[in-house]
Amino acid sequence: MTKKKLNIQNMIFKLEEFWSSKGCMVMPSYDVEKGAGTMSPYTFLRAVGPEPWAACYIEPSRRPADGRYGDNPNRLFQHHQFQVVIKPAPTDIQQYYLDSLKVLGINPLEHDIRFVEDNWENPSMGCAGVGWEVWLDGMEVSQFTYFQVVGELEVKPTMSEITYGVERLASYIQDVNSVFDLEWGNGVLYRDIFKEAEYENSKYAFEESNQEDLLKFFDVYEKTAQELIKLNLVQPAYDYILKCSHTFNLLDARGAVSVTERAGYLARIRNLAHEVAVCFVKEREKRGFPLLKSAEDKKAGLEND
Amino acid sequence: MTKDYLFEIGTEEMPAHVVTRSVNQLADKTTKFLNENGLKFKNIKTFSTPRRLTILVEELAEKQDDIDEIKKGPAKKIALDQDNNWTKAAQGFARGQGMSVDDIYFEELKGVEYAYVHVKKTGKKASEILLNMNKVVKAMTFPTKMRWAVNDFEFIRPIHWIVSLFGNEVIPVKLLDITAGRKTEGHRFLGDSVVLANTGDYEDALKDQFVIVDATKRKEMIVTQMSELVKENNWKIKPDSSLLEEVTNLVEYPTVFAGTFDEKYLQMPAEVLITSMKDNQRYFEVYDQDEHLVNHFISVRNGNQDFLENVISGNEKVLVARLDDAQFFYDEDRKYPLSHFIQKLDNVSFHDKIGSMSEKIKRVRIIGNFLAEKWQLDEQTIADFNRASELYKFDLVTQMVGEFAELQGVMGMHYASLAGERQTVAVAIKEHYMPTTAEGELPQTIVGSLLSIADKLDTIITFFAAGMIPNSSNDPYALRRYAYGIVRILLNQSWSLPFNKVLPEIVTELDGQTSAKLPKTELQDDEIASFIRDRINQYLQRNQFKYDIIDAVLASNQQDPIQILSAANVLQLHHDDEQFKPVVESLIRINNILKKAEFKGQNIINPDLFENESENKLFIEVNNLSKLTNLTALYEGFVEIQPIINLYFETNMIMAKDETVKNNRLAQLKLISELATGLGDLSKLVIK
Repeated sequence: MTKKKLNIQNMIFKLEEFWSSKGCMVMPSYDVEKGAGTMSPYTFLRAVGPEPWAACYIEPSRRPADGRYGDNPNRLFQHHQFQVVIKPAPTDIQQYYLDSLKVLGINPLEHDIRFVEDNWENPSMGCAGVGWEVWLDGMEVSQFTYFQVVGELEVKPTMSEITYGVERLASYIQDVNSVFDLEWGNGVLYRDIFKEAEYENSKYAFEESNQEDLLKFFDVYEKTAQELIKLNLVQPAYDYILKCSHTFNLLDARGAVSVTERAGYLARIRNLAHEVAVCFVKEREKRGFPLLKSAEDKKAGLEND
Repeated sequence: MTKDYLFEIGTEEMPAHVVTRSVNQLADKTTKFLNENGLKFKNIKTFSTPRRLTILVEELAEKQDDIDEIKKGPAKKIALDQDNNWTKAAQGFARGQGMSVDDIYFEELKGVEYAYVHVKKTGKKASEILLNMNKVVKAMTFPTKMRWAVNDFEFIRPIHWIVSLFGNEVIPVKLLDITAGRKTEGHRFLGDSVVLANTGDYEDALKDQFVIVDATKRKEMIVTQMSELVKENNWKIKPDSSLLEEVTNLVEYPTVFAGTFDEKYLQMPAEVLITSMKDNQRYFEVYDQDEHLVNHFISVRNGNQDFLENVISGNEKVLVARLDDAQFFYDEDRKYPLSHFIQKLDNVSFHDKIGSMSEKIKRVRIIGNFLAEKWQLDEQTIADFNRASELYKFDLVTQMVGEFAELQGVMGMHYASLAGERQTVAVAIKEHYMPTTAEGELPQTIVGSLLSIADKLDTIITFFAAGMIPNSSNDPYALRRYAYGIVRILLNQSWSLPFNKVLPEIVTELDGQTSAKLPKTELQDDEIASFIRDRINQYLQRNQFKYDIIDAVLASNQQDPIQILSAANVLQLHHDDEQFKPVVESLIRINNILKKAEFKGQNIINPDLFENESENKLFIEVNNLSKLTNLTALYEGFVEIQPIINLYFETNMIMAKDETVKNNRLAQLKLISELATGLGDLSKLVIK
C-alpha cells in the first residue's frame, strides 16, 4: 500500500459524508455509557413504532469484561462503533454498505467480501434480528442486521442496522497489528489517547469497583427508571435503563454475578426496556407520529413538483 | 407439447446451511403443485448458490389434459326430494365435479335411476397455472425467517428478483412488489445482470457472469483446485464433507488458495489450531505425509484469481491474531498446577438448583466406584477412574476453554498429560464428553466409558430430582442425548445395567453424601428408568428393528439394555423363519392359559404327580432350557421342544379335575412362560 493510509477520524468523516448522502442524519454520540451503538436512543427507541428514521453516528462502546489493562493488542474496555440505522430498510442497503467500503478505499474486486450468517440478539434489551457478520478477507469488520424485535416489540417497518467495528476496520486499512498503533488523526496515535484510559478503566472494573455500591446503584437506577416510566418521561427513563445496563456490566466484569443472578438481572433490564419502548410509541402516537407525517409531506411535495 | 420451465428466486446471502435443503424444498413443493394441477413433467433439476434458489422443470406439459368423462352421482331418489327439488347431495355432487345441478341428467342402471354429469373441460394452459408459483414460494419454511422493508411476508432473506421462464416466454409471477421476468443477477462483484433469452441459456449465461449455479459443479471445482494445491505442495488434507458443503454454499465462484502462519504455533495442541482455522474461519487444515499438522491452511475465496495476494495476506493476518490469542491462553494456563484449577471449581456452578461443580465431581466418583465394583473392573482401572474423576472438569476454568468452549475435555487431556498424569487418566478427561452427538463417536477406553456413564447418570438423576424433566418439545439440557449416550456406551462395553434395580441402589449410595436433591420416591426412579428405556427404544428404531419386536422386548420387565438388545436381535434374526410362528403362538397360548386360570402359584413342579411320559419329557427339556443364559440358545431350545409342547397339550388336559394335578401342570407352564419373557412380551409380536 503506497497510498497515504486513512486515519480514523478521516475514516469517520468519509462514512458520515457517505451516509449523509444516503439520507442519514449525522447524530452526535449519546452521552450516557453504553455497551453498543444499538443501545443509543437513536437506534433503540427509534426502531420501534411506525415512524421512519435514518441516522448514523460514532458511538463509544464500553465492555468492562473485555478490558485488558491496555495490554492486549485487540481487546478493549472501550471500543468505537460506527452505527447506521435506516427504517424502513432500503432495498439496496447491502449495495450501499459495499459502496461505503469503496469510499474507505476498499474495492471489493481487490478483496474477498462475504456476508456470513449471524443472527444478532441482545436478550437484555429484548432485541433480535436477522443478518450477517461481514467478512473482509476473513476478518469480521461489520455487523449487518435487519431488526425484527426491539424491546420485545415487533419492528415494523423493518429497520436495517450496520455496525462498523471502527478499530477492526482501521487496523485493516492502516495495516497495523495493534489498535494502539492506529493513527487517530493529525499524527496522534490511538495509544496516546486511550492507552491510559484502558489501564485505568480495567483497574477500576476488575479491582477497585465497590460491589456493594454497584448493587445499590443498580437498584436506585432501576427504581428511578420505573418511576420515570410511570410519568411517561421516556428519555430520562431510558437514560437510567442504560445506567442499569452499564452497572450490571461492571458487576459482571467483577465476577460478582452468579449464573442464576445473571438471568435475574437481565430479566430486570429487559422488563424496563420493554416498558420504555411501549411508552415511547405511546408518546409519539400522542403527537401524531411527527416523523411519519413529515415523511408523507415530503413525499407529497415531491409528487407535486 | 412440452417446454422447460425455469424458476429462480434471487435473494440476499442465505445462510450456507439452508441453501441445499431449501432448493430441495422448492423442488418438492413445486412437484406437489404441478401434480395437484395436473401438469405433467419429466423431472426437476435444482441449482443453488448463496444468492439464488433455482429449479428447472424439464419437459413440462404446455397444458393440462382435456377432460371428457361421464361421472355417476347419487340415485335419483336421493338427488331429488319429494317436491322434486335438488337435494344437498345432488348439489354437492355437481359442485364436486366443477359443474352445476343444471348439468345433471338421469339414466337407468340395473333398474335404478342415477344422476350423471358429462364433464367436458379443455385443460388449462400451463402458462396460466404457473402464475400461481408465488403460492409455492409463500409455502416455503425455514429455520429462521425474517421480514424486511414494509412487508409482513417472511422468507429466509430478502428477495430481490425472480426469473420465471417457460421456454422463451416470461410467466410474470408476482410476489410482493416483484414481477418475475427474464433478468437474473451475476456475481455480486465480478458479474453483471443478464437477460435470459430462454431457459437453456441459464447455466452458461451465469457462468459468464462468474456464477457457477450448479452446486455439484461448484463443489467439484473446489475439490479439484484443492487437490492441485495439495499435490503441488506435497500436503495431505482430511476430507471434511460438512465443511466442504458449507464452503460450497458460501461462494458463487470459488477460487481456492493457501495461506501460511508461523511454525511456532504448531507447538500448541493440534485441536487448538484446528478450532481456530475450521470453526472460526472455515479453513481446511493441512497435514504433511505423516499426517502432522503443518503451518498452512486452505481456504476458498468468493471470486477469481485477481488480487488474490490481498485476500491471502488478509486471511493470514486474521488467523495469526487468533493463534496469538490462543498462544497467550496456552502459556497462561500452563503456569499453574492442576490443583489451582480444581480449587476454582468450588465457585463454578453446575446448575444453580443442584449445586457446584465440585459437588458434582464428588457424586460422579461415588457412582463410578459403585459401577466399577458391579462390573468387576480391575484395580488399576479403578485407580485411574478415581484420579480422572478428580480432574475431569478442571479445564472449564482454564483461559483456553473460557475462550474456546468447544475445546473442553480436549484441553483437559493435554494439560493433564503435560502435568504428568497417566495417559488413561488424560484420555478419560476428553472422552467423558463423548458421544457429543446422538450418533457421535463413543469413548474408546474403559476409564473414559466409565467416567462418561457416571457423569451422565449423575446429571440425569440430579436434574430429575430438581424437577427439570424434559418434555416432548423441550429438553434444554440435552438429557435425552445423555441417556442415549449411556445406552450406547453400555452396549459398546457389554456392561449390564438393569436400571430399575440399579437406580435405587445408586440413590442409596449418594444419600447423605451430597447436598443436592435426590429422587426420593420410587415413582421418580420409575420415571428415570422409563426415560432411559425410551432411549433404548430410540436405539432399536435407529438400528432398524421391526416395530412389533421393539414393542415386545420393551414390554417385558427387563430393563438391562444389553439383555433387551440381545432379545431383539434373536427375534429379528428368526422373525421370518418358518418355525417362528408356531413357536411364538404356542408360547402365547401358554400365557393365555395361565392368565385365564388366574394362576398365582409358584413354578415348582412335582414329577410324582405326572400321569404320563409326555409330562416327564417336557419337564426334563424345560429344565435344560432354564439353565441357558444365552437368548439365542433359548430361542433355539424353544424351537426344538416345540413337538414336545404340542404332544403335551395333545395328551394332557391342563385344567384337570384333580386340583393338585391341575396346579402342577400350571406350574410347569409358568416355568416355560417365565423363560419366554426373557425374549419379551411375545403377545406384542405381529405374526403373519
